[in-house]
Amino acid sequence: MTNDIIILPLVVHFFLSILLMFFWNKLNFQKIVSVVGNAVALGVAIWAFTFVYNNGTQIVESGDWPAPFGIVFVGDMLAVTLVLLTAIAGFAVSIFSTISVIKARLRFGYFSVFHFLLLGLNGAFLTGDIFNLYVWFEIIIISSFVLISIGGEKSQLEGAVKYFALNFFASMIFLTALGVLYGLVGTLNMADISLKIAEVKDTTLVEISAVLFLVGFGIKSAIFPLYFWLPASYHTPPSAVSAIFAGLLTKVGVYALIRIFTLIYGGDSFLTILLLTLAIMTIFSGGVGAIIQNNIKKVFMYFIICHIGFMIGGLALFTEVAMAGVIFYLIHDIIIKTNLFLISGLIYRIKGTTNMKKLGGLYANYPKLSLLMAIPLFSLIGIPPLSGFWPKISLILASFNAQEYWFFGALIFGSLITLIVIAKLWSEVFWKNQPEISFPEKFIYFNQLRFGQKFTFIFPIAFLTFVTLYIGFGAEHIQQLSQRIATELINNELYIDAVLKR
Amino acid sequence: MEIILAVITGVLYASGIYMILRRSMVKLILGIILLGNGVNLLIFLLGRITKGEPPIIDSAEKVLEGVYADPIPQALILTAIVISFGLQSFAIILVKRTYKVLKTDDLDQLNTTDEDS
Amino acid sequence: MRTIILKSASSYLLPVLLLFSVFILLRGHYLPGGGFVGGLVAAIAFVLDAFSNGLDKAKKILKFHPGFLMPVGLMIAFLSGISPMLLADLPMMTGIWAENPIPVIGAIGSPLFFDIGVYLVVIGSSLTIIFTISESV
Repeated sequence: MTNDIIILPLVVHFFLSILLMFFWNKLNFQKIVSVVGNAVALGVAIWAFTFVYNNGTQIVESGDWPAPFGIVFVGDMLAVTLVLLTAIAGFAVSIFSTISVIKARLRFGYFSVFHFLLLGLNGAFLTGDIFNLYVWFEIIIISSFVLISIGGEKSQLEGAVKYFALNFFASMIFLTALGVLYGLVGTLNMADISLKIAEVKDTTLVEISAVLFLVGFGIKSAIFPLYFWLPASYHTPPSAVSAIFAGLLTKVGVYALIRIFTLIYGGDSFLTILLLTLAIMTIFSGGVGAIIQNNIKKVFMYFIICHIGFMIGGLALFTEVAMAGVIFYLIHDIIIKTNLFLISGLIYRIKGTTNMKKLGGLYANYPKLSLLMAIPLFSLIGIPPLSGFWPKISLILASFNAQEYWFFGALIFGSLITLIVIAKLWSEVFWKNQPEISFPEKFIYFNQLRFGQKFTFIFPIAFLTFVTLYIGFGAEHIQQLSQRIATELINNELYIDAVLKR
Repeated sequence: MEIILAVITGVLYASGIYMILRRSMVKLILGIILLGNGVNLLIFLLGRITKGEPPIIDSAEKVLEGVYADPIPQALILTAIVISFGLQSFAIILVKRTYKVLKTDDLDQLNTTDEDS
Repeated sequence: MRTIILKSASSYLLPVLLLFSVFILLRGHYLPGGGFVGGLVAAIAFVLDAFSNGLDKAKKILKFHPGFLMPVGLMIAFLSGISPMLLADLPMMTGIWAENPIPVIGAIGSPLFFDIGVYLVVIGSSLTIIFTISESV
């Protein structure tokens, strides 16, 4: 069965996570297995990606039950692209974790849970069944609860309580929406729902379920009035954990919104206005939040919120150009946000703090490293040949075509505020002289590490920066890919035909 | 039957959300449990309750005859119950640890993460 | 809670409940039952023992940490889940059944092993949770 390739990433991560549970106390072995396993998963993801790229959408009917009755896994271009990005981010973060996460945390099964999280992410991207999507979301949040509270520091536990309460609430709303939807259409397969929802006469209930989905996924992806858990919790765990959360957890909410609102509730005028308003407010509040923060991690957290707005707004416009922009931005954002939090971890290791007021002189001490860190920071702003620039062209073009000038203004505002904050960050952290503060004594600083350890710190950042550079300079390929995905998303018959084999 | 279940669902949702909005962490857990039960009942209710036979086709026939019950809502509820069992036990341990470290049950005291550091 | 009645009853109830849990596990093909319920019954057997004889005695009966059952059960379930892919060229999770049923146990197939995996995971996880909560009082 050749189409089984698309579920191989799931099999690999599930196997690794079980294997690591058997070797609970052998930390060095765990590190090796995790890094090697992530390399294997990356290879498998590339294989699955090229297979789907060449042969079109693949489906796997688990249990050999035909499509509307059993649970199907659908590997369309969007899903396999995100699986590939998950594998890239997972590979980088697992290498970074081996050196940056302390032993006391690793001893609580850090790597095993980490692979469970990646399993959940891959499953959520690949599934074609809406209740199965809920189950994968639960796997994701259970693993993320463990990762966020592992170590049990005071701030971590506080963050974990907030994170837990709101994410659990979001899951319950998601489940409510699912119940309403099942009551309306009597099926759980997303392709089948898409066909049957057109026949439902009671459009009010359809819209209610749509708004419930929006609230549920909105909490998870941190859009405007629902994002408050994110700045309260994401900076508390170690940087490696923050990186995988920032890169992938909010994006899986965005993925679910894209999937639901293209496949099931496509082009509803009420939802368009609602999504667009929320997007503008998200960009605005995220940007304003980023300006006033002094901690690097918190600045990056508000950028997550700000840039989620770009994607939600593009989704609301619902044209092919806008969707291409959204997909390109998603690809760029996953890599860059993961990298930013790895960078904040490196800065913390160099200086022992992430507070901008206490930082300084990084460029004088580490010019080459600063250059390496400059590339992702400039890509985030979207300095032209780098990766953040290209999706914004599509988004701005689409907002002009749709005559949505408020969203156009918000896009410009978001980019400008990113520029201002990054400029401030650059001058405070890299150019300013080191202020006179007392450094903690017991801390192991970066320049006290051996060469191999330093390399382990820098390699993942360099790897992700290389990917970012490829996205920037090979924008033609990514644009082609995004356009293909956008076409598939807008013409959802392709997806439905592939799943139901019509 | 539907009316009773609808009222109970509503009461469970309302009391669950009310409990989540309280300031105590223990009440947060109680709210989560109540809300989870409310959602399960809602799925049960929306899956159309019938006093039917189990949907098993006899070997002599090709299609289902007569009134039969939909098994899917029950499968969904079972899955949701298992998941919320895991989440609730995690929540209890988390809240216990938090209480031990912070020596408070008041959610309003959990504000050190918002401070500038 | 340590009354003489509960104490003497629990020493008889433990094997009976464990046997009952296996019965429920094997009954789960076509009748109510299965791995999850069976696992909970087995976990309750040990919890009852911990109630009457104390946590340490219950742990001694178990001989190993209950958390160890989780990876074992997950591995069994995982292998039975992917076995159709490896053995019969079918999509994952497809039930493959042996032709002749075995007396007492019934039909043997990959879903049975999946259920056994679930059974072990449920015992392991629920006992770990309950022991952790009761230890840290």
